[in-house]
Amino acid sequence: MSVLLIAEHNNQDLKPFTLNAVTAASQMGEDLHALIIGQNCGDATKKLSELPLVKKVIQVEAPHYENFVAENFAPVIVKLAKNYSHIVCSANTFGKNLMPRIAASLDTSQVSDIIKVISQDTFLRPIYAGNAFATVKSKDAKKCITIRPTSFDPCEGSGGSAPIEKAEAGEEFNHTKFIKREEIKSDRPELGTARVVVSGGRGMQSGDNFKLITSLADKLNAAIGASRAAVDAGYIGNDHQVGQTGKVVVPDLYIAVGISGAIQHLAGMKESKVIVAINKDGEAPIFSVADYGLEADLFDAVPQFLDELNKLNTIQK
Amino acid sequence: MKILVAVKRVIDYNVQIRVKEDNTGVVTDNVKMSTNPPDDNAIEEAVKIKEAGKATEVIAVSVGEEKAQETVRKALAVGADKGILIKTDGVLEPLAVSKLLQKIVEKEKPDLVFMGKQAIDDDCNQTGQMLSALLNWPQATFASKIEIKDKKLEVTREIDEGLETIEIDIPAIVTCDLRLNEPRYASLPNIMKAKKKPIQQINASDLGVDTSPRIEHIKVEEPPKRKAGIKVSSVAELVQKLKNEAKVI
Repeated sequence: MSVLLIAEHNNQDLKPFTLNAVTAASQMGEDLHALIIGQNCGDATKKLSELPLVKKVIQVEAPHYENFVAENFAPVIVKLAKNYSHIVCSANTFGKNLMPRIAASLDTSQVSDIIKVISQDTFLRPIYAGNAFATVKSKDAKKCITIRPTSFDPCEGSGGSAPIEKAEAGEEFNHTKFIKREEIKSDRPELGTARVVVSGGRGMQSGDNFKLITSLADKLNAAIGASRAAVDAGYIGNDHQVGQTGKVVVPDLYIAVGISGAIQHLAGMKESKVIVAINKDGEAPIFSVADYGLEADLFDAVPQFLDELNKLNTIQK
Repeated sequence: MKILVAVKRVIDYNVQIRVKEDNTGVVTDNVKMSTNPPDDNAIEEAVKIKEAGKATEVIAVSVGEEKAQETVRKALAVGADKGILIKTDGVLEPLAVSKLLQKIVEKEKPDLVFMGKQAIDDDCNQTGQMLSALLNWPQATFASKIEIKDKKLEVTREIDEGLETIEIDIPAIVTCDLRLNEPRYASLPNIMKAKKKPIQQINASDLGVDTSPRIEHIKVEEPPKRKAGIKVSSVAELVQKLKNEAKVI
């Protein structure tokens, strides 16, 4: 049997994490097909066909697929699913919203948010916000799997030329209407994929003081993160939140400034390659995960940090 | 309008999770249990809608062991009118839970079903979407704002890119984000009153649903530990280490 990957895209381009999902899906079976559902999504379809790991692309287009409404997507995927042993998608809000609707229709018990493919039916997944890892074996004949994109490397992006097959669209679900999407635009790297993340916590004391975080992020070409405490206190928008209830990030460098390190925050960043913590409380739990801890007042340390960075000849981008 | 709210009993979010020595799961004996946090938001929203005069009845339902009655009772203490406990032995998968909830929906005929977007124990994020699929109802997941407009809901959803707004027809399922509202605490008089509110107990086995597990838990382990880091004494030392030792800047 073959593996069907559901591509995430914006009709023009593939979302970067689709490449990570392709890597994960390819580990579940070699005959990997990629499904793209959208409207006027020819450009994104072409890019999907260029991924060398993808053996065939199935494209479904209709006006009611333009905004990725799960109630429209699920029936057409369920219909196509009969030819596949595995249905796979990223565990971001697109996949989290969609996959259970497919799984329930197929009477399959979904395996969510896996971080490792152990075999075709056995997977590793974090539970309790990453405080335990479960090895689980799916006994369903057809498997519905969502994968945590940051746990898999992106696949090769070009060089392939998979055939593109068109499939028939399904009917529109009339009880759900898309109204609008407000995307947060920024010149900065996206939080979920940035090489460096600088985050501020309640220790910042005000939204105005987040300027310190911004300056440091500018210098390092970093994305800006925040703890839930900082978001709840209104210092910064919730799209910056890192943690169990926000984004899970795995940058090369994570700098936590004035963050104590609540369990729910650690769950979102502790897989980062190098972690720096700056906090005046030497007992703060954040130091237990930090590679480099600096016990200092952030209002002294961050300006000094900028000065020291200015002394360097080069800074990696 | 009638609102059914599903609530789950989980290990309290402030408890440090410990893995059992035999790797069969996590320690739950003598551990503080609470309502799954976003389920508190779901109850709060339902009660607010009732207080605004737009709903007539709020029913709290939980699927779990006998002790899950406490979770239902807590929902009654913050304003739900009646409770239902579907009794099970051990933990069920979201697919089984959604099939049991489907039976309750068929019986109680609510106009809306609310629940948290995800349970903080298994982190599956499936039950609401599965229930919508089984009922073929519209779903609004990760809701951070709900407006009732006649026979429709306008829901703002938290998505990776920012915010999305959709309009769904009633009946519908909404899964709630923590940002939806600020759950209230139960007052002592309301806790006392809640003791008199009815909780109907149903055995899961009487609902005619196959709840047998489809996923085998082979083992549960501690996550790999990070190697201990060091404390640096100055910003200059920190930058030097990042540049020359970690080579990340």
